[in-house]
Amino acid sequence: MPVTLTAASAAVTSAAVPLHRALGLTDDELDAIRDRLGRDPNHLELAIFSVMWSEHCSYKSSKPLLRTLPTQGEGVVAGPGENAGVISIGDGLAVAFKIESHNHPSAVEPYQGAATGVGGILRDIFTMGARPIAVLDALRFGDPGDVRTRHLVDGVVRGVGGYGNCVGVPTVGGELVFDPSYQGNPLVNVMAIGLLDERRLTLAAAPGPGNLVILFGSTTGRDGIGGASVLASSTFTHDDPSKRPSVQVGDPFAEKLLIEASLELIERELVEGLQDLGAGGISCATSETADRAGTGMLIDLDAVPRREPDMAAYEVMISESQERMLAVVRPDREAAVREVCARWGLPCAVIGRVTADGDIAIVEGGLDDSGAAAAGARELARIPAAALTSDAIVHDRIGAAPVHARAAPAPGIPEWPSDGLPERGMDPGAVLLALLGSPNLASRRPVFEQYDSTVQVNTVAGPGRGAAVLRVKGTTKALVATTDANAPVSGIDPWLGAALSVAEASRNVSITGARPLGVTNCLNFGDPTRPEAFWQLSEAVRGLGDACRALGLPVTGGNVSLYNESASGAILPTPEIGVVGILDDIATLIGPAFVEAGDSVVLVGEAVPGLAGSEYARLAGAAPGDGPPVLDLEREAALQRFIREAVAGGLAASAQDVSGGGLAVALAEAAMWGGIGGRLRIPVASSPAADLFGESPSRIVVTCRPRRLEALVLLARQHGLPVDELGVAGGDRLLIDLGNGGATGPAEGRGSHVADALDVSLADLEHAWSRGLGRALGWDEVD
Amino acid sequence: MPARIGVVVFPGSNCDRDTMYALSLAGAEPVELWHEQASLDAIDGVILPGGFAYGDYLRAGVIARFSPVVRAVTAFADRGGLVLGICNGFQVLAEAGLVPGALLRNRGLRFLGRDVHIAAERVDTPFTAGLIAGRPLRMPIAHGEGCYFADDATLDELERDGQVLFRYVGGDGAAVGADDGARHPDNPNGSLRAIAGVLNTAGNVAGLMPHPERAAEGLLGSDDGAGIIRSFVAAAAGRASGRVADPNVAAAGVGAGSGR
Repeated sequence: MPVTLTAASAAVTSAAVPLHRALGLTDDELDAIRDRLGRDPNHLELAIFSVMWSEHCSYKSSKPLLRTLPTQGEGVVAGPGENAGVISIGDGLAVAFKIESHNHPSAVEPYQGAATGVGGILRDIFTMGARPIAVLDALRFGDPGDVRTRHLVDGVVRGVGGYGNCVGVPTVGGELVFDPSYQGNPLVNVMAIGLLDERRLTLAAAPGPGNLVILFGSTTGRDGIGGASVLASSTFTHDDPSKRPSVQVGDPFAEKLLIEASLELIERELVEGLQDLGAGGISCATSETADRAGTGMLIDLDAVPRREPDMAAYEVMISESQERMLAVVRPDREAAVREVCARWGLPCAVIGRVTADGDIAIVEGGLDDSGAAAAGARELARIPAAALTSDAIVHDRIGAAPVHARAAPAPGIPEWPSDGLPERGMDPGAVLLALLGSPNLASRRPVFEQYDSTVQVNTVAGPGRGAAVLRVKGTTKALVATTDANAPVSGIDPWLGAALSVAEASRNVSITGARPLGVTNCLNFGDPTRPEAFWQLSEAVRGLGDACRALGLPVTGGNVSLYNESASGAILPTPEIGVVGILDDIATLIGPAFVEAGDSVVLVGEAVPGLAGSEYARLAGAAPGDGPPVLDLEREAALQRFIREAVAGGLAASAQDVSGGGLAVALAEAAMWGGIGGRLRIPVASSPAADLFGESPSRIVVTCRPRRLEALVLLARQHGLPVDELGVAGGDRLLIDLGNGGATGPAEGRGSHVADALDVSLADLEHAWSRGLGRALGWDEVD
Repeated sequence: MPARIGVVVFPGSNCDRDTMYALSLAGAEPVELWHEQASLDAIDGVILPGGFAYGDYLRAGVIARFSPVVRAVTAFADRGGLVLGICNGFQVLAEAGLVPGALLRNRGLRFLGRDVHIAAERVDTPFTAGLIAGRPLRMPIAHGEGCYFADDATLDELERDGQVLFRYVGGDGAAVGADDGARHPDNPNGSLRAIAGVLNTAGNVAGLMPHPERAAEGLLGSDDGAGIIRSFVAAAAGRASGRVADPNVAAAGVGAGSGR
């Protein structure tokens, strides 16, 4: 009784390629499958292995690296391995959060790729028993002037909005970054956050042999056959039409019903375990839940509700049709579960039983009343659940630093920085305006206005100005969340880039006064079988771990996206970091904008030279001899402790992170957003470009009432932090005196004439900043 | 006795909880009205909240108008009951013919989520009695189909009969102008005559696109919407003493739908 993979085997055997290779499995992997089964796999089993042992499902290249990350921390209730990390926030509540990629589907079909990315991560959240309360989307594309990039941006933004807006989960933050390395391979990383009653925490396990396996939600079709394994697990060419059917199609209305039905099932304690169906479909959901509980499952393939006829067994088992859930239910609760599903209009079917033998067994011909295969039923496949999940293959890849990395310049700045500033004209104000209007720093309003950011009435601070702030109803608390990734520096030094990403994300949470709780990460890298790409991944994971340990942050989950390469090459290594924090008393919250004229403006932390990887370098031309900035993780931790104490003590009126575009951009944003200018003085050390536009980390601009200044400065010094009084907020211009020595000294020595002051009106700043993105993308003014 | 305000829940409604929360803040007792429920009882007013009823894949509100609960709400309105539709609720009311006009796709053809300003044209209605005429109120919009449309004759009639309830205005309360108002930056979706909300002829049914329930607490940036919710609750409470019984319910002896 050979089980044939009609379409796949017909296509591949004719080409005389062995089936396992056509399915993406290597010869070694086939041997490993034989070891685990003690025999040859049949075609259906091979198809299931090919999906479950794909990079996306198995983490076979990254698992050894990820094991090195710190996962323990205060309040961690669920960590890596579950659908989402869960951390207690007191009052009997917990926050669930996770970030995931949907890069390759979005490159093929941007609307559906992005939409189903949102849908998938939301399911990871409510599967845990949490109501999704927010989405953040971190997007990266190629040249914004390119026609294809514009098509992708438009489709992805509409897809994120089309899904999130409909399900009623606000999109409260994220990123939008343009870099040529993403030209053929855009990145769509979506983070979701949920809130749950700790007593309702639900795990994706299948305990209790004899329990029913119930599939509810949408029916199963041919969309997204092998989407995860096909799309996310091999190097990618965007014009390959054969991959188009691999993209899943999203139905946010069905998802909304699925959210309500799932949360109702959990609230009424009707399920023993719950798992969403994502990558790998039924194969993945059954084997993961069984393996976690040390059980097996007997699955009746005929019982799976389908949306099209004549589906082959392998298609049913690996379909990635969206908006489906798998529940493990005690037999006496079946009727109640069916009633809930019926109320929400969702199809629901018992597709099998939990067994004690540890195998995923698939039959056609039905089960009898006792839950055993009916007389005359055929067994199509039998695989130990562990072989598909915890005991899946792991590869020890080889990493090697690229030659140019060994020759990379030391951090710091050379004696004569070729920073480009003098060549751009003598007015640093003009450089500031150019930076503010550049695609990566200009206002993201044209994009985030297409998202509903206020539904659920929790949004205290939405997209556009630093971290998002969501109040927690019924408490004095707020959740604070952000995503960050420093890809340019990761391209130079992946350890440093990943550590900087963690530092910046955590800093963005801390400057509101909130305590960062934990980290979720999405590691977007190239082909791990290339030693250089694997070296980048392993260095980045080392940086991620080092930074998390230094800042006391547990890594509670995430996702790895490899093979982000196209004909034009690999992407910049992009370690996307999501951080969620808790603010105990929302009354103490501060924002980044200047608050009141007359307030003192202070810089805490000091600039270390190093322009490589900065937005300034992108705009003014690279500085070849220039290294990236230095990161001192101890100082970063001290800075974050300082600002949290300053906020709790009521010393600070505002705090703004110095990051993309450097100190000048940080000041310009704080001034624009507050509608208050400033008269400031920045003592320029060696290079005006490094001081004004350098992105050296561990620095924040803090404002305070003048009478609080002394206490604020004292607190900073107690934490061992350098403090510079920059001046006073007020007026309708941003005026920065560059000091005497620095600006005209070394610069004149280079034969240039840097202006003594930067002096720009708020109106001009606002004009440049607000129009930059629409102009770069060629979007008409929405108004 | 607090006013009992029914909040309709369609599959796909996503502002039902927010609306109930705002009603509680305003001192009312929110009651869920499930979409399959064919009668209302002991209800002093009804709000149709925002969302994407039944997915809205075809056109906003077009399927919801045929639901049992909308038939019940129509009967409730015919008996003089107070009904407010917000965003998708407004779209449903317009599709059901309970308020005049139609909501087309935004002029920019994109979903828009942002803060806008609106001002009440009339302050002698159950929906606006606590407001100050012409004063700008800041609150969010979040919709893709919010461009108010009716033919010129209907628009003239609405103006004449005082059925224009809210218009989009500038942050300083300035009118966006009659001539080219549809293209004015303060008119976010290109609504004709900058209309943000309308009344039915009897004055007991109203719809608006912006979300007053999302602007009911200063913590979230604006509490300008609370005045609309409070006006509605107060007017409903005024009717609570003489609650209009649903004859169908009375006849069948059935209580109000239990909801979820």
